[in-house]
Amino acid sequence: MNQLPTNTIYPVHNFVGDMVRHHFPAAAGYANGFLTLVSLLLFVALLPVLLIWLERKVCAHFQARLGPMRVGYHGLLQSTADGLKLLFKEVLMPKGADKFVFFLAPILPASASFLVMTILPFDHHLQVADPAGGVIYILGISGLSVLGILLAGWASNNKYSLLGAMRSGAQMISFEISLALIMLLIVMVTGTASLREIVLSQQGTVLDWWIFKLPVLGLVAFMMYMISSTAEINRGPFDISEAESELTGGFATEYSGISFAMFFFAEFVNMFVSAGIATTFFLGGFLAPQIGIGAIDAAFNFIPGFIWFFCKTFLVIFLYMWFRWTFPRVRVDQLMYLEWKMLLPANIALLMVAGFFLAMGWTL
Amino acid sequence: MMETRRDGYKNIVLHSSGHYLRKVATGLISLFSGMGVTVRYFINPSRIITQQYPENRASLQMMDRFRGHVMMIHDENDQHRCTGCGICEKACPNGTISVLTTKDLTGRKVLGRYIYRLSQCSLCNLCTESCPFGAIAMARDFELAEYDRQLLTFVLNKTQGGI
Repeated sequence: MNQLPTNTIYPVHNFVGDMVRHHFPAAAGYANGFLTLVSLLLFVALLPVLLIWLERKVCAHFQARLGPMRVGYHGLLQSTADGLKLLFKEVLMPKGADKFVFFLAPILPASASFLVMTILPFDHHLQVADPAGGVIYILGISGLSVLGILLAGWASNNKYSLLGAMRSGAQMISFEISLALIMLLIVMVTGTASLREIVLSQQGTVLDWWIFKLPVLGLVAFMMYMISSTAEINRGPFDISEAESELTGGFATEYSGISFAMFFFAEFVNMFVSAGIATTFFLGGFLAPQIGIGAIDAAFNFIPGFIWFFCKTFLVIFLYMWFRWTFPRVRVDQLMYLEWKMLLPANIALLMVAGFFLAMGWTL
Repeated sequence: MMETRRDGYKNIVLHSSGHYLRKVATGLISLFSGMGVTVRYFINPSRIITQQYPENRASLQMMDRFRGHVMMIHDENDQHRCTGCGICEKACPNGTISVLTTKDLTGRKVLGRYIYRLSQCSLCNLCTESCPFGAIAMARDFELAEYDRQLLTFVLNKTQGGI
């Protein structure tokens, strides 16, 4: 089961990094750090633009519509235009709002998603950092976005915002438990908490990905991960914290302009991050899918790993969108029932059965 | 005594786990069937009903039941079926229609001019519903805006008289 290479090298060794190291050996540490941050910032800034466009198109086609068609080819520039509009809009603050907290709140979810992005393994040598406790880091950092939403609801001085934030807090804290238990399952079967090594533990054919490697249990765990991460990123059918028809937008009611844009962008980056984690844990991360036929495997291996990573991630993102535009929103009590009475017992049972499987050596 | 209690616990566990599994199974089946419905829309672009309106003006087909302005049905000889009975005028809640009758050579009352004021019409369809002869219908034109109010009053019949 363990095919880890003995020399686990520090990940930041790619073409650009090595070039900088070669030409400016003295300043390489700072220059490379700066370059990583800039490239990640650019990525985080541009990704939601693409994802929002994708969301609108996918949603439209699920509903027998066309979606944005006018700005650019098939509306490609529509979300850019919307983002620019939001940048230039006035930022309003309601009377009696807590000014500092009100403007602090949108920064937290955005920075949380950015921080988790730093440890996602995009490719063999395309990962900003690979802490040994990467899974724990993810769990810790994603708590920041709950904090941001709670603060936003509290600081807005608006009952709808507060209600949405409280619902959201309850939801995210509940579902974090089952998310953590599923991550624990993966940590248990791989024997490591570093994301890079979790990916490397899935080397081999497609059947060595964790979704298939544990017979049946992997698939069950993947489905449970999809349910709890959909709730964790506040998307439909679990979008009770925004619930336009009940709460006029929930915690984001009083936000406008760039503050609103940060919430909105963070939501989409969070979706990408969740999909990326699903890819890393269950779908073999940046590894090319190998089906055991020599020629096809060689062709697939020729395609760089980050392309595979993005393909798999966007597949999971499509699943999220499919869920959102198919299922009706659940009530608050149904949501709590789902977590505490359905998912949590199933999680604990899954963990025990997986432990039994491991002990008996029943892996593919 | 102990034996019966243990059986009771066993029954409770069996009952609740069966309930749980049934709930999961039925829930998953219904979720998957819902996803099947939506994905059928997703992979069938021909089912898209959105019209790219100004671009496809030439090929745009309005729906059969669309209600544009009132029109009078004429055959190929420009003959209509209106008798000038005035039921449509009475049926109209807005006073949109004025049926002006005249007399033909034999002294019979026939339709003279059928005045229709689009500016007052709410396109409610009551006049065509009430017409006993099927002489009027709702057209499918929808680009009806004009710069002058006078241009919104029409005479619908092309010829005087009728059957």
